[in-house]
Amino acid sequence: MAGIIGRSHRHRADIVPEGASDAREEPAAVRWTIIAIAIAFLSVFLVLPLVTVFQEALAHGVIPYFRALAEDDALAAIRLTLLVAAISVSLNLVFGIIAAWAIAKFDFFGKSLLITLIDLPFSVSPVISGLVFVLLFGAQGYFGAFLQAHDIQIIFALPGLVLATVLVTFPFIARELIPLMQEQGTQDEEAAISLGASGLQTFFRVTLPNVKWALLYGVLLCNARAMGEFGAVSVVSGHIRGETNTMPLYVEILYNEYQFVAAFAVASLLALLALVTLIAKALLERRAAAE
Amino acid sequence: MDIGIRNVTKRFGAFTALDNVDLAIKSGELVALLGPSGSGKTTLLRIIAGLEWPEQGHILFDGEDALSRSARERHVGFVFQHYALFRHMTVFENVAFGLRVRRRDKRLSEPELRARVERLLDLVQLQWLADRYPSQLSGGQRQRIALARALAIEPRVLLLDEPFGALDAKVRKELRRWLRNLHDDIHVTSVFVTHDQEEALEVADRVVVMDKGRIEQIGTPRDVYQRPATAFVHEFIGESIVIAVSVEHDAVLYDGKPIGIDAPEISTGAARLFIRPYDISIVAPEGAALCGTVRYIHGLGPARRVEIALGAEKQPIEVDVPRSQELTAGQQVGLVPHRYRIYATSP
Repeated sequence: MAGIIGRSHRHRADIVPEGASDAREEPAAVRWTIIAIAIAFLSVFLVLPLVTVFQEALAHGVIPYFRALAEDDALAAIRLTLLVAAISVSLNLVFGIIAAWAIAKFDFFGKSLLITLIDLPFSVSPVISGLVFVLLFGAQGYFGAFLQAHDIQIIFALPGLVLATVLVTFPFIARELIPLMQEQGTQDEEAAISLGASGLQTFFRVTLPNVKWALLYGVLLCNARAMGEFGAVSVVSGHIRGETNTMPLYVEILYNEYQFVAAFAVASLLALLALVTLIAKALLERRAAAE
Repeated sequence: MDIGIRNVTKRFGAFTALDNVDLAIKSGELVALLGPSGSGKTTLLRIIAGLEWPEQGHILFDGEDALSRSARERHVGFVFQHYALFRHMTVFENVAFGLRVRRRDKRLSEPELRARVERLLDLVQLQWLADRYPSQLSGGQRQRIALARALAIEPRVLLLDEPFGALDAKVRKELRRWLRNLHDDIHVTSVFVTHDQEEALEVADRVVVMDKGRIEQIGTPRDVYQRPATAFVHEFIGESIVIAVSVEHDAVLYDGKPIGIDAPEISTGAARLFIRPYDISIVAPEGAALCGTVRYIHGLGPARRVEIALGAEKQPIEVDVPRSQELTAGQQVGLVPHRYRIYATSP
């Protein structure tokens, strides 16, 4: 029986003539056209702008480039951006893990609402995300009088920048963790507890290591977005030079003042950040796949 | 340690997973909870472990209330169906986990811990895998590591959820003999859940047959096989020929005619006659109370399986017939059951 099947199979293979192409394959012309369109598109929309940024930044040589970056206002913008990103990413790391944990491991009333809410910052314009805080904490806002009375500055200051950035970047970490945690279920945690681990031991020894690559990936994306955020931050910043200007805002100001070299020099740092993020992301994905 | 399960009831919403379950497990015993999916066997195991809490009833460990203690405090070794090994830890660290998370004052020194883990890996015969990760192991190896990990905490009771469910047939057979031998060596009270009757009958000291959240029968493998207490147990364990009959004044009637069987313990009404396929003989149709037509004859082994259509049954029954007996398809035959059980059909 097996012999007959084997022979008939070989027979069928013999029918296909030598050198005939697979039916699934497109003709060469079609293939190359598609590839060319894809490459042309990528070049015009991604590679060209990136090259232009560096070209403009270095248009007058290396010295003006570094001089632009060494300006006090530029350094202040870089410092502020790093600070805002550091605080926002840390906060979202905590919030994201808690939200993902709650959604993936427990059933509770309003869970689907929470899942929808997590995505809200993706669907809402960043300008509105910023405006919300102005309406809440601005001089004419709901808490404005209270804050003024207690001499607390939120809008046009660091807290406002952080709040706006946290809101905009909230989904990145939670979104990475939720599907993975849901897929992994609760068996590992149950095993840990039955072996005598406490809640904290279970979290740090089992839950967290199980999601570490997704977590790092989420942190990476969250950080990139936090440093690059323009809209929400622009609304709450007040654009005070050397004080509340983050890098993206500073780039805009310089550009509007026709300081192209300086504008593109700062922009090139943001572009570099993007490249570093991409490389780190690729490395992370390779490590995660290897495990 | 002995385990007392008293009137335990557990509901998930409208679904009753366990309905007033009573069970006593003796110290050192190896007990199988056997039943189809949805019978509540895994829920009962999880309640014993403290991973689930009953609405009513008590769980006693050596007579002491266990429900007031969390899973963490119960000292129960639990082996999960899909092992739940920690994927980011080596085999060694997996086994060591329960020792490393102990309270500081009870923690072992590193050399003591190493010695303990090595002894356990030795016990499951996998010391050579200590530095591997779970993803590098076969299913049977993972199973044994999960067992070693559960044993590391010196559990008072070992609970195994479908321990061989995810393994292929050959490994499953090897592993269950091995588990039986291991239990004979270490004698820790053990309860395992299975839907595979062969597994339960071969490995366990006692089998608890469950259906729809209730215990149908508790007994030795021989008991539940040879003296099934209910129709469900008869049908679930081993093969059965089932014939719908009626009982009138102690006599069993098939198709309105008496078939020469008395059932004094069954009250008048509908009943079902259960016969093992090898407990029925084929005779000449003349004068036989049960008659049928041979449909198919199959099987190449010492006994052949013959499908016989009985008068009123839609489903043909399957009877084991020795090779020596000549039969042809279409032949009229008589049937004489020589061992059988009758259960009244519950209304």
